[in-house]
Amino acid sequence: MSDAAAPRQMTETGGDAAAIPARPSQSPWRRAWRILRRDKAAIGAFVVLVLIVAACLAAPIYANDLARTDPFRSTLSGSIVIDGQTRKIMEASTTGLGLGTTPIGPTWHWQYMLGADNQGRDVAARLLYGGRNSLLIATAATLICLVLAAAIGTIAGFFGGWVDMVLSRILEVLWAFPVYLLAISLSIVLLTTEFWIGPFRIGSGSLILPIVIIGIIYVPYIARPVRGRVLSLRHSEFVLAAKGLGIPRWRILLKDILPNVTTTLIVYIPIMMALNIVTESALSFLSIGVQPPDASWGTIIQDGQGLLYTRPMVALAPGIAIVLTVLALNVLGDSVRDAVDPRTKLR
Amino acid sequence: MVFAILQRLAQMLFVLFGISALVFLIFFATPGSDPAARIAGRNAAQETVEAIRKDFGFDRPLPVQYAIMMEKLFVSRDLTSFVNRGLEVVPQVMRAAPITLSLVFGAAVLWVVGSIAVGVLAAMTRDTIIDKGLMILALIGVSMPVFWLGELLNLVSQSRFHDTFLFSWVPGLGYKPFFDGPWLWFKTLVIPWFTLAALYIGIYGRVLRANLVETYQEDYIRTARAKGLSPSRVMIRHALRMSLIPFVTMFGMDFGVLVGGAALLTEVVFGLNGVGRLTYQAMLNLDLPMILATVMYASFFVVVTNALVDILYVVIDPRVRGN
Repeated sequence: MSDAAAPRQMTETGGDAAAIPARPSQSPWRRAWRILRRDKAAIGAFVVLVLIVAACLAAPIYANDLARTDPFRSTLSGSIVIDGQTRKIMEASTTGLGLGTTPIGPTWHWQYMLGADNQGRDVAARLLYGGRNSLLIATAATLICLVLAAAIGTIAGFFGGWVDMVLSRILEVLWAFPVYLLAISLSIVLLTTEFWIGPFRIGSGSLILPIVIIGIIYVPYIARPVRGRVLSLRHSEFVLAAKGLGIPRWRILLKDILPNVTTTLIVYIPIMMALNIVTESALSFLSIGVQPPDASWGTIIQDGQGLLYTRPMVALAPGIAIVLTVLALNVLGDSVRDAVDPRTKLR
Repeated sequence: MVFAILQRLAQMLFVLFGISALVFLIFFATPGSDPAARIAGRNAAQETVEAIRKDFGFDRPLPVQYAIMMEKLFVSRDLTSFVNRGLEVVPQVMRAAPITLSLVFGAAVLWVVGSIAVGVLAAMTRDTIIDKGLMILALIGVSMPVFWLGELLNLVSQSRFHDTFLFSWVPGLGYKPFFDGPWLWFKTLVIPWFTLAALYIGIYGRVLRANLVETYQEDYIRTARAKGLSPSRVMIRHALRMSLIPFVTMFGMDFGVLVGGAALLTEVVFGLNGVGRLTYQAMLNLDLPMILATVMYASFFVVVTNALVDILYVVIDPRVRGN
């Protein structure tokens, strides 16, 4: 079924598509868009995602104007006034010997809405700032992963021969390498070394490191299906026809193969985003992702680990944020797959 | 068939070599730092670094360095940690392995049984409220970070509800060896098993349901139903059998990956001293020889498991033998 859709798509995205007026019902993109627009689950998931992104973008407004706090500076001795009562941010501990301090719990007011972490920082504000980093890393890593995978998979599938041999063997090795071990190996080296890319110094605190690490580790998972798709396209009738017409190989690659690979890639975008958010949080939880004082949902969960039994909200809130985001992305991913990939319509 | 198996074994050897070379290159051939200093750990004395440089041959060409490292890891197995002075790393990995295996085996049983139940029930009640509810639950399982779920269960079972009849049986965190008392071993592992299995019950349940629904379109299912077989017999004897084939492939991969370190997060959250937690602690201490050992041994385990699953396939399924 997808092969039947492929040549139509070629005329749609091809250079001289203007010469052939495409009927709306024939474009797979419009068809996918029409299906998605009717899909209530997809719309719901999309709205949730937009709300989460908007909330994270509004982090400075929340921190400066509503919570009036600096979520990156520790405030161990401050106090706030709630309902006319003055409360210390670090309250004297009531458990154990009563020597230590416990951060303030959720107040459900603008200030310290979700309480403070063990450095007296506003968890709600950190949650929003952390969400920015989590989403940014997941998005950038997804882009890197898709671009690398598309390049490797397309080149391997299209050129075949020894190029395919070499690339496939490399993918095989990466595929067999457990992702977390690969990520740990890479982070240890990258986080303990300083890098210079041209005039730019990339220190251990840079967000570029988790982005690159997460971007690399999942490449084989996408490059393999892309290679398979290109292999089947290479022997499809419209590519053979193009070859027969004497069209140069690079032109076939750019105009005929690549547009068809994008379908495969688009299906992977929401799923990869979801996977990358979870991976980022896991790496940050293991303290090899985002480095302090920067925050991400994973680092906040790690901050909350020591407070788990006294102030569980510190670890709960970012986890709920992750589950909501990833759930929405997975629902969207299912809908996009159903809409873009006609084969799944059989089910 | 013999040729196919030999081919698979050759591929396995190649991947083993590739992984070891890749790990070696990541740790010792990245520009900007001294490999000897890296092995010695933080704040090492200059003499130590020089001794390591001589001993590991870091003043010689890369292939020689690689050969020396592999010899220390797999032949003489006397690679020692410099952070924990003199501690041999390979026996440490061997000691941690049973803990990881206990965790992953139990979780695997749970997730196979759980996901078959979820998948079959959802497929049989297709498009009803039960199906939809199960699929939403499965999707939530897929969307939860495993370490967060672990913390959540710790919070409930160790703190908030520990004094109630629900969770008063839960022992404190940490691993209790099987031979010191199988019942205690079982009790400490129940919650980690569930934590690790939740994600996979979600994934496998969804895949199985989709496969079953697809299999139901096949002609032989219609034939079986037309013969007047009961729905449960059609499901179990005909549809489920066919749908389990991709299930087995996935299981082989995931099991290997989990034993090879992906169970790390669960081990860290529940304080189980398996291979994953060993890696984690070595990572925090920047104990490079230890990381090297865990990463190499773990990935080798994954590769060997995958090869075994594939070979099993060749033996079982005649269609695979052709290519």
